[in-house]
Amino acid sequence: MLFADTVKNKVLVHKPKFLIIMLISLIIIFSLFNLTDTIFGEFMRPVIGDPAESGWYGRLSTAFVVALIFLLNIVLIGFMPFRAQIIVVWLQLLTLFLSFFYSFDLNFEFIRSKIWFMITQGVFTTLYISAISITLASMLAILGAVAKLSSNGFAYAIASFYTSFFRGLPLLMQVYLIYLGLPQLGYVIEAVPAGILALTLCYGAYMTEIFRAGIQSIPKGQWEASRALGFKFGLTMRRIILPQSMPLIIPPTGNQFIAMLKDSSLVSVIGVWELMFLARTLGTKDFRHMEMLITAALIYWTLTVCLEFVQSRIERHYQTLSH
Amino acid sequence: MSKPIIEMRGVNKWYGEYHALRDINFVVNKGDKIVICGPSGSGKSTLVRTLNWLEAHQEGTIKVNGIELHEKMGDIDKVRMDVGMVFQNFNLFPHMTVLENLMAAPMWVRGMSEKEARETAMQYLERVRIPEQVDKFPGQLSGGQQQRVAIARSLCMNPKVMLFDEPTSALDPEMVSEVLDTMIELAKDGMTMVCVTHEMGFARAVADRVIFMDAGAIIEENDPKSFFDSPQNERTKDFLSQILLH
Repeated sequence: MLFADTVKNKVLVHKPKFLIIMLISLIIIFSLFNLTDTIFGEFMRPVIGDPAESGWYGRLSTAFVVALIFLLNIVLIGFMPFRAQIIVVWLQLLTLFLSFFYSFDLNFEFIRSKIWFMITQGVFTTLYISAISITLASMLAILGAVAKLSSNGFAYAIASFYTSFFRGLPLLMQVYLIYLGLPQLGYVIEAVPAGILALTLCYGAYMTEIFRAGIQSIPKGQWEASRALGFKFGLTMRRIILPQSMPLIIPPTGNQFIAMLKDSSLVSVIGVWELMFLARTLGTKDFRHMEMLITAALIYWTLTVCLEFVQSRIERHYQTLSH
Repeated sequence: MSKPIIEMRGVNKWYGEYHALRDINFVVNKGDKIVICGPSGSGKSTLVRTLNWLEAHQEGTIKVNGIELHEKMGDIDKVRMDVGMVFQNFNLFPHMTVLENLMAAPMWVRGMSEKEARETAMQYLERVRIPEQVDKFPGQLSGGQQQRVAIARSLCMNPKVMLFDEPTSALDPEMVSEVLDTMIELAKDGMTMVCVTHEMGFARAVADRVIFMDAGAIIEENDPKSFFDSPQNERTKDFLSQILLH
């Protein structure tokens, strides 16, 4: 949270001016979409008669009632304590999204028959490709960061060319270049190693900058103290500088891992059986695209939520270490 | 007489155009306690920092334990591990406990066993009187305690000479004396010391020689009694009158 002031202001959603403006805007917005032919119109039947024939009267009064319910909900949430607000708002948004998915008239029997395979094959492949790639990318990033900070022109040139090139090309293109380009040099590469290589090189380039910033944020006094004690460069880096940069490196690296988890869907184009590939191919045969795509979407999301949780735990671990 | 521990001959140093050290000649023998003082920007910190070559000089020779410091000397760590250094801002390693801070260099540089390093660390923590803080992190200690840990950390390497770069300048006033007491005890035990400090009481109590620097040059060098009671140079007199007024 931001640094809070000692004076408590009135909650925005309890200010009359805000509520009036909201009510008017909501009525206008809801009137634009004719809500009488939805479930809300049915609820209004005792008041407006047959929804289909209620005209502008029905349309406006339905919009008014829906806007009122909406505002009442917001005002009530405004009274709740912080944690309760989070839970309630999360649940409401989740319900909205799920009902959006539900409105596609999905065949759950079909999903049930495929989901186990999607998890064992797809999630497993996605996770292990991402995990290997992020590990290799981190190592590459340490090397890149040290090279970019070194006074050796040769190392700096290679590192800066590398980051410039691999940050400058779309990842999808890198996947193609490696998978289709390497065989031109006489080395035929399998799909999975090609995908891992592309993800590693691309994310290594981004993470080089993260590691460089992390290393540079350590005060020079730490270097001086290490030198004065007789530590050599590698020892200083490994035992003094990097451990202290970790709290700064971990959060953006976690971000990168989450991004990579989803970017790994790009390697589906070269036929790796990860989650995205399965989502596209499993549905094709039965023309059940939506089922598989939505299932894959929810699986990606669930994985991300788990990773966010892990990330916050690690962050807290490093925070307690440095205090 | 044995070889001097530190020997500077005709040392000059520039930061770009700025002439930071001018023709410094300076010898430290075993057991010497030397205090360097002078106005801010006079080059006194730069001087001690060239002694373990955290800063390079451009002209003249610096010898530490008979080894000349220069750009192509290769393994400078051999020199540095015998030269303890205490910084104004302590520069403890904040991610390690006090004990780990003390054990690190003996184990990693001297190759001491863990048991031996722990015993050495405890011995020096007793000596700076904070053995009860071993398992705390530097951030949990007061400034004075941190500086004493920093002194103990240097002592654990069993150095031949200790350099102090304004060790009490970053401390709250009530913590200055606990650090100075530690340094005075160290001096009594016969440690060779080069201290940049404005603590004139300390200089009177332990120094064999007091050096006054201004504009990168050594202006005056004398035993403390003559230095304080009958300074020769006008600039020394000005400086002393200013800091002793308080």
